[in-house]
Amino acid sequence: METKITTKKELDYVFTVRDVSVSYGDFTAVKNVSMDMFKNNITAFIGPSGCGKSTLIRSFNRMNDLIPNAAVNGEINYQGINLYDKEVDPVQVRRRIGMVFQKPNPFPKSIRENITFGLKVNNMTDNLDDRVEKALTQAALWDEVKNDLDKNALDLSGGQQQRLCIARTIAVEPDTILMDEPCSALDPVATKKIEDLMQILVKDFSILIVTHNMQQASRVSNYCAFFTTKATDDGRRTGELVEYSDTKTMFTNPSESLTEEYISGRFG
Amino acid sequence: MTKNLNLSKVKTKPVETIVKFFITMSAFAAILISVAIVFTLLTEAINFFRDPAVTFKEYFTATRWTPTFKNPVYGVLPLVSSTLYIALIACIISFPLGLFSAIYLSEFASRRTRKIIKPIMEILAGVPTVVFGYFALNWITPNIVQRFIPGSGVFNAISAGIAVGIMIIPTVASISDDALNAVPKSLRMGSLALGSTRRITALKIMLPAALSGIIASFILGFSRAIGETMIVTIAGGQYPELNLDPRKAMYTITSSIVNVSLGDTPHGTTAYNALFALGITLFIMTFILNIFSDYIARKYRKEYEQ
Repeated sequence: METKITTKKELDYVFTVRDVSVSYGDFTAVKNVSMDMFKNNITAFIGPSGCGKSTLIRSFNRMNDLIPNAAVNGEINYQGINLYDKEVDPVQVRRRIGMVFQKPNPFPKSIRENITFGLKVNNMTDNLDDRVEKALTQAALWDEVKNDLDKNALDLSGGQQQRLCIARTIAVEPDTILMDEPCSALDPVATKKIEDLMQILVKDFSILIVTHNMQQASRVSNYCAFFTTKATDDGRRTGELVEYSDTKTMFTNPSESLTEEYISGRFG
Repeated sequence: MTKNLNLSKVKTKPVETIVKFFITMSAFAAILISVAIVFTLLTEAINFFRDPAVTFKEYFTATRWTPTFKNPVYGVLPLVSSTLYIALIACIISFPLGLFSAIYLSEFASRRTRKIIKPIMEILAGVPTVVFGYFALNWITPNIVQRFIPGSGVFNAISAGIAVGIMIIPTVASISDDALNAVPKSLRMGSLALGSTRRITALKIMLPAALSGIIASFILGFSRAIGETMIVTIAGGQYPELNLDPRKAMYTITSSIVNVSLGDTPHGTTAYNALFALGITLFIMTFILNIFSDYIARKYRKEYEQ
């Protein structure tokens, strides 16, 4: 299905998705998604468990390549380049499109090394200290850790770990950050910090966030895509995109009844 | 209100008591057996050192081990050095090969390849050591050692060391593989998401994170090499003097125990008691290594349990 967005003059898309289906073996996790995502905006994917939103976001930086049997059909264009073109190197894709995961996953190394690892991998080894400070400052973590840069990152709290993961992601200067339920393992205070941080980061990055917290989606995002699961002929469930619009419209005046039921808490 | 709510203790069935008794006894049996072994080793070893024909100084400094000769000399030095020497050769062979195969299996191999290679490796682990021994003597020695290293004897430390090394590859590989698999997958994902390659992820993230288990596998492999008996007895020779030339025969602790046990050494003689002194020496060596490996594994594993 094609969902058209009729807003403003923003014609600058970060992703244009055309008829994308993702499957694992003979199981289709999500199918026929077409949507355009705007640069320097926060786009949220919401929907009940199993609707394929995490699967979809993982195909945006080719992390699905790492899962045996995963296959992506259709076109995901990133700034005009089809990410699944034969010529495209997934390693290069991931250098441009960073990812923050559900559970904070800092490396069991020092705070500094967590940042410098990605920098070294990407040959950004000039002014390492400045880059470390810049990334940690951008991630609103610098003041808390500036005296403990050599401390093991695993000694940080969960919220700090997640901000460190954001810091190491933005340190390598990507254009886009994918966030897969980045706050689901965090308490409300840490969640608030990450949400505030997203509002600052969106000035420099395009952000895609998967969340099953509708309040979070309504708080942080500019655009919102609602997915749901539908039973297929063989009795299994496949995710589908139901509605995609700017967040305000979706939460005040959704065009699909399914969306309204979900955001008003009647199912999911 | 609640009817028939009964929270009082239920009478234990006799079957349960019996089962519990047997389970407890089996647990204690293991401890009991260990204590009995150490006790026997110790008492006989003490008898050995009490013997007027032996001195501590001789045991630790003499460079010959000839308990069955007319003028016996009981110097453990050549045995310890041979044992360590052959174990070292085995480590040089098995550590890199074992570790590389573990890295390959856990980080690069597809599921299908893994399914094929793992059982083959386990077969290697199941080959009786006596087979490795004859393989070393009849194949490795003439075809590799004597061909490429001039001056090698029929019995030599290199050949025995290589065979012991091949024998412990599965140990090193399988424990290292477990260690790599125990590293949370999220670390690998995190590294790849930063745009690093599989190779960098394996070497810079996964390997350091699994280091405790890998070191533990090395120590355990080393400890197995020290205790290995059949291969070194068959292929390593019985040269009872201090010798640091790997092309020549050596005499490990284990093969000298075999040798003395095979001969008709009468019970209670000095040579007989010497066996137990050797036994306890070997036991202490492997015991220290095992404790050390346990300590390392524990010390570094703590980092994750948060």
